[in-house]
Amino acid sequence: MTITNDLVAQHGLTADEYQRIVEALGREPTLTELGIFSVMWSEHCSYKSSRVHLKTLPTTGKRVLQGPGENAGAVDIGDGLAAVFKIESHNHPSFIEPYQGAATGVGGIIRDIFTMGARPIALLNSLRFGSLDDALVRRTMAGVVAGIAGYGNSIGIPTVGGEIAFDESYTGNPLVNVFCLGISRADEIVKAVASGAGNPVYYVGAKTGRDGIHGATMASAEFDDRSAEKRPAVQVGDPFMEKLLLEACLEVMRSDALVGIQDMGAAGLTSSSCEMGSRGGAGVEIDVSLVPQRESGMTPYEIMLSESQERMLLVAKRGREAEVERIFEKWDLHAVRIGEVTTDGRLRVRHSGEVVADIPNTALTDDAPKYRRPVSEPAYLAEARRLDLAALDQSVAPRDAFRRLLASPAIASKRWVYHQYDHMVRTNTLVLPGMGAGVVRIKGTKRALALSTDCNGRYVYLDPFLGAQHAVAEAARNVACAGGQPIGATNCLNFGNPEKPDVMWQFVRAVEGMGAACRALDVPITGGNVSLYNETDGRAVLPTPVVGVVGLIEDAERVGRRPFRSAGDVVVLLGDSRAELGGSEYLKVVHGTIRGVPPALDLVREAAVQRLLVESIAAGIILSAHDCAEGGFAIALAECCFDSGLGVSTDMGAVTDGEAAFIDISTLFAESASRVIVSTSPDNVETLLTGAASAGVPAAQIGTVGGDRIRISVDSRLVVDESLSDAESIWSGALERYFERARAIA
Amino acid sequence: MKFAVVVFPGSNCDHDAQYAAEHVLGQQAELIWHKDTSLRGADVVILPGGFAHGDYLRTGAIARFSPIMQEVKRFADAGGPVLGICNGFQVLLEAGLLPGAMLRNANLHFHCEHVYVKVEQTDTPFTLACSTTRPLSIPVAHGEGNYYAEPEVLARLEKNRQVVFRYVDASGQPTAAANPNGSLNNIAGICSEGRNVVGLMPHPERACELAVGSADGLVLFESAVKAVSERALATSR
Repeated sequence: MTITNDLVAQHGLTADEYQRIVEALGREPTLTELGIFSVMWSEHCSYKSSRVHLKTLPTTGKRVLQGPGENAGAVDIGDGLAAVFKIESHNHPSFIEPYQGAATGVGGIIRDIFTMGARPIALLNSLRFGSLDDALVRRTMAGVVAGIAGYGNSIGIPTVGGEIAFDESYTGNPLVNVFCLGISRADEIVKAVASGAGNPVYYVGAKTGRDGIHGATMASAEFDDRSAEKRPAVQVGDPFMEKLLLEACLEVMRSDALVGIQDMGAAGLTSSSCEMGSRGGAGVEIDVSLVPQRESGMTPYEIMLSESQERMLLVAKRGREAEVERIFEKWDLHAVRIGEVTTDGRLRVRHSGEVVADIPNTALTDDAPKYRRPVSEPAYLAEARRLDLAALDQSVAPRDAFRRLLASPAIASKRWVYHQYDHMVRTNTLVLPGMGAGVVRIKGTKRALALSTDCNGRYVYLDPFLGAQHAVAEAARNVACAGGQPIGATNCLNFGNPEKPDVMWQFVRAVEGMGAACRALDVPITGGNVSLYNETDGRAVLPTPVVGVVGLIEDAERVGRRPFRSAGDVVVLLGDSRAELGGSEYLKVVHGTIRGVPPALDLVREAAVQRLLVESIAAGIILSAHDCAEGGFAIALAECCFDSGLGVSTDMGAVTDGEAAFIDISTLFAESASRVIVSTSPDNVETLLTGAASAGVPAAQIGTVGGDRIRISVDSRLVVDESLSDAESIWSGALERYFERARAIA
Repeated sequence: MKFAVVVFPGSNCDHDAQYAAEHVLGQQAELIWHKDTSLRGADVVILPGGFAHGDYLRTGAIARFSPIMQEVKRFADAGGPVLGICNGFQVLLEAGLLPGAMLRNANLHFHCEHVYVKVEQTDTPFTLACSTTRPLSIPVAHGEGNYYAEPEVLARLEKNRQVVFRYVDASGQPTAAANPNGSLNNIAGICSEGRNVVGLMPHPERACELAVGSADGLVLFESAVKAVSERALATSR
């Protein structure tokens, strides 16, 4: 078959890239080879637009056992154990087919974790949708939630946290980012390498079908009105098969008969075989006619590019074949030998003996194209950063704004969502979802881990550098509020089309900001995922670099929690409050606008606040802790009351730098960073305040826990006085009402 | 004494049940693969929660054919204490060891939450140390826990006092709001006519330590230990 220009273009390759393929091979490629190159050089697999920038992120540290480049990262958590974790996106498939798109996203990230030899113990997800007033968005969200539940619940890994935000820009392009964490022995981390000439290469798991062919290429293009036609590129998940694979693979790993293993995720058999070979400096030779197939008449091209789910490629030690096969048989799985490791560093694919592809592994991996794409500051920025408060409607009273914010889907309780997730299986969940960071204990040790994913896309939109810093700071602050010392991070960078200089500018600035924040807070990025082309009909989503942070809690009996503890406890606010309404939930909900500059962030201060939290929670001085995020101080304070049965009365003075007409509003709802509402017993107030002073953290005693109302004064003026039960019922039922109402109409 | 926890392909609360029996209670607990044909001298058998065989057919419908189930039946027929939790309860229904069937939750969603259940009968091996006054806080986590039985079966269950656990509110009332899945008569768990086979949808193994939110479920395991030692005492006389 001749390779025409059209065919090259259909494969998403440029003329230049095609020339490089011809040079790498020293000849024209076969069709199968063209397919292999097209998926390996797709944005999704090659990170061709992002790699040069990702290199600037800090990835090392004294606890880092595995940085980027493997299936997942790993950090040392003491007791001879490692936390293995990563976050990954499944955005494009989740728009096309919400249930299966989300479900297979969960399946994919779980495989990444257990292929490292770790038993997965926790899932989180970071979701973004359009406005819930839109029926299509509700359908998408309901499907995504059901898909996450359907997969995670069935396989028996608890979904312990995450976050959900809403913005119209996500209407046709939801974000579904899934984080998974597992535990392994620190000295038994398994690598995805193929080495040792003559070692057998095995295929295990589900049969290969025609589903998902070119899934990686789909994830590397924008959406348009023909996207629905791409449905055959979404795969169907089988959590039961994955559960068997998980147990069988962990058993094989304990046997010491394994050399390396990788799951067949994006680009399926192609990426797993060439990447394993490339990492091991070896070649891999396989015969695709031996691959178990679900459909008849599949071509080598289709078999190599299929993204059928729940499949693994593994290299066993020669002579140990029977042992490996026996373990898989026990779990009713069939390990099929499809090839062997060679010494020539090439991926050689045969079909019934005949060679159909023969490519140097490095041409597909390390030597894939890398671009430093042009950047330019987006045109919208100058205007969007201008915030003129005087021009806003001033008739909305603080009390009404407070109620509207409590009912905002981004702030309201996510109970409707997490009640669909099994969040308790494995009996490690110390802090239930909806309470800030998820906290899981590590059985057999005294320790626990706090996990949080965060990103405020509005901040990143208004200032990518600062916004990405906020994402790191907030995720780390959330784990610190649970008493966890942040020790590692993973990122999922969701942006628009990198070929547009303004989108690329957002990306580059965000990566720079993220790197700076990670260095300042000493949280290395150990891996992650980039998802570009998140656009529909030419409009990009809010730039959303999600950060997942892992925090180590030394004593599982000393965990920081959000709800207030006892009446009479003293409320202390850590951090400085300023009239920073830029990019706030208040502006979005009450005035329908995304404007201004995001709150300032002093990373030295941030680090000091987090240290103080970790130390004071461990010492038992801080009894509850919750950071001020969307909705500012007032909403954070209300959230401290929810699930505690306790009201509160506070007066934090007033912000002094704001516009006169907006003093109350700014005091209540501005989102100044590095602020945490904590409570302590009256006996410990002095200790806490002294400790804060010596840590360089501003701390003010602002009120008392108790009663059945939420009373917030600004400079002695009572501006919010709400019954706790009313406020809590607005907050806890708001999200559910969108879906109940929808069902009533349907 | 020794607990046997049966592992079906797709079981996912097997480790939790083992942990509760072994680490919290300090008893022996052995995982038994479903293809095994011996319970290896266990005193109590637990069929754990999960999604045996993926639950792609009716829940529990395939698990009942597992080789180990012959042995579980024999053990139950001889009066041995058998506890089915969640998916294990569904397996017991399919295996005919308990009457009735499970439908999808009334709201069609999987539901995970701490609920209150009242213990109504204390003459089963898993409830003899329970109090019938204070409701237990134990989580549910299932998509198909909506208990159904034909009217005459239901009447017989009630008449024979085979309804062991009922969903109630915090004050102990079996209200509609306290029913998480639409089960008939708020039924959360039942026992066999011989009273030694007990099945329930809530997960007592997830409520054995205050650290994870509740220790109210531990009394079921403690009851089993007491039941086994009393039974041993009775036979030795």
